[in-house]
Amino acid sequence: MIRIFSILAGLFFAGALAWSFVGEAVSTAQDGLPHSAERSFHEHPKELALSSDGALGTFDRQQLQRGFQVYSEVCASCHSLKYVAFRDLAALGYDADEVKAIAAKVQVPAYNTATGELKTSPGKATDHFPPVVYGGQGSPPDLSLITKARHGGASYIYSLLTGYANQPAELLKKYPDAKTPEGLHYNPYFANLNIAMPPPLTAEGQVTYSDGTKPTVDQMSKDVSAFLVWTAEPKLDKRKQTGWAVLGFLLFATVLAYLAKRNVWADQH
Amino acid sequence: MSFPWANEYKPNHPFMQWMDEKLPLPRFVYNAIGAGYPVPRNLNYFWNFGILAGFCLVLQIVTGIVLAMHYAADASVAFNSTEHIMRDVNWGWLMRYAHANGASAFFVVVYIHIFRGFYFSSYKAPREMVWLLGVVIFLLMMATAFMGYVLPWGQMSFWGAKVITGLFGAIPLVGEPIQQWLLGGYAPDNASLNRFFSLHFLLPFVILGVVILHIWALHIPGSSNPTGVEVKTESDTLPFHPYYTAKDGFGLGVFLLLYCAMLFFGPNALGHPDNYIPANPMQTPAHIVPEWYFWPFYAILRSFTSDFFFVPAKLLGVLAMFSAILMWFILPWLDKSPVRSGNYRPLFRKFFWVLVIDVLVLGYCGGAPAEEPYLMISQVAAIYYFLHFLVILPFVSSIERPEPLPFSITEAVLGHDQVAVLPATSA
Repeated sequence: MIRIFSILAGLFFAGALAWSFVGEAVSTAQDGLPHSAERSFHEHPKELALSSDGALGTFDRQQLQRGFQVYSEVCASCHSLKYVAFRDLAALGYDADEVKAIAAKVQVPAYNTATGELKTSPGKATDHFPPVVYGGQGSPPDLSLITKARHGGASYIYSLLTGYANQPAELLKKYPDAKTPEGLHYNPYFANLNIAMPPPLTAEGQVTYSDGTKPTVDQMSKDVSAFLVWTAEPKLDKRKQTGWAVLGFLLFATVLAYLAKRNVWADQH
Repeated sequence: MSFPWANEYKPNHPFMQWMDEKLPLPRFVYNAIGAGYPVPRNLNYFWNFGILAGFCLVLQIVTGIVLAMHYAADASVAFNSTEHIMRDVNWGWLMRYAHANGASAFFVVVYIHIFRGFYFSSYKAPREMVWLLGVVIFLLMMATAFMGYVLPWGQMSFWGAKVITGLFGAIPLVGEPIQQWLLGGYAPDNASLNRFFSLHFLLPFVILGVVILHIWALHIPGSSNPTGVEVKTESDTLPFHPYYTAKDGFGLGVFLLLYCAMLFFGPNALGHPDNYIPANPMQTPAHIVPEWYFWPFYAILRSFTSDFFFVPAKLLGVLAMFSAILMWFILPWLDKSPVRSGNYRPLFRKFFWVLVIDVLVLGYCGGAPAEEPYLMISQVAAIYYFLHFLVILPFVSSIERPEPLPFSITEAVLGHDQVAVLPATSA
């Protein structure tokens, strides 16, 4: 009885699925596989090698400092970094006084405790990076977690920053409706190809590095991508370091467990 | 517990004797996982996964309780409190990654455990109750994992909650009120987050309770084994301790090595980047996908794209998705073959491996965008999935000629069975 019921139920589901399959097959035969400008022209992120990559990789603090400089001088005018506190910057190799000086250069929201009046005051080491008010087109995302919040992570950021281009003629020929709208910018690494952010890094020497590194657009893009890996995962070095210690211990314990197992089973084989 | 030759618990120390009289807890443990539980001597490493699943449950409870000390279940701060755990709580990143990857590890282990059960027909008499309780545990795990994924209140948390509770909206007439009742509103919000947190904290302890029943039910007939031949004599068994404690210890070591490699060197590999974007009810993600362990069932849900005999496609999808698991409850009564182990069932074995590939294909399609060619592939795969359990399994035993079974477990292991040959002819 139960088997008759189950066979009927099985055939019902199979029939309904076959019916759906026929529907899909017919519409696919008519329309073909889905296609659009995004599908044909969206590109996967370029390769980006950072010192923090891989199981053995650690942050290059010099590069993080350069990336932080790019963030503060370029990105910070539109993008906030709210999950990072100034005190966290010590991990980039700044000492306590340098951290205080960096914080003091940034105005953070505060209010006058006597009058209740809103104002801003110089940041303290314990403050987080302040919110950024942006009035233009688009909504610049907070950058704290950006490398963890996008497929491709740092490579995506690097590709986006260096990927601005003119719309390919081929695209316009095939998809005349997909012309980049006024005020947006064509970038094949952006999901829908048209991004509101104007190219932020446009000229060599846009920032001046104090360590002598040549500030090419490519270098600045790499540095700020590396910095944003750190803001998203400040515990990365500690995590990998802990990981090796844990794996070492586990390997030792597992070998012991294996030998113990062999010993216990020795009389049963 | 189950066999007459099981060692009886005999405490030597006066304190343990006193304890045994007042509260025989040591006796209980001795009979459950000690020398007092005789186990077939031929269990392979697939029989480690029950213990591993139990370990994962404890791991999730311990890391979860620590996380709950720092997490705030309020829609306005939940995302921030998760980042607070990642950045400011001492070893908070470790707890959170251990918990998030622990959920994945738990499902990997449980899927292997379930497919072990399929291959060796562990669901068959006399272990039907073990199987039924196992399916209950799996359902509870899915509910728990779903609600846990909502807690960080990222984009996938929010939209996942919206889609999954939306499934109940497909029920005719009462669907929409049920959905609103589940969420505590028209869309996921503070009320939903709070109740999900509360239930996410409760359900693991319910799972723990059902796990105890699952193990209790197992100890009545005793463990199955790779030959599927039941235990006949003492020589077929070994005491759980030290033999299987030692074997499980090694298995646990290997599991921990793999789990920790994942946890420390690729903790976000199985997660979706969108969940690092705070929940935004005004912005739908390009592709809403659940966690990987739901993908096969998500693919089945989405496979129904056309109405069928006036039944709406959405309702069919919901029915099919729930049936895909609920039908496991009748599995012990669908598969009538007297042979348990797939090792001796040539035809069944082929279908089993087709099912494994089929579920992997469904999983792949479930994680892919809901468009062609993935829909058509998942439709074919879903057809096989239902036919396998509901039509093929009931039929296959009637046309299949099983290979000869070993006379006993001892014979299967040693190639001869001097102990059992004489007495077993009368048994």
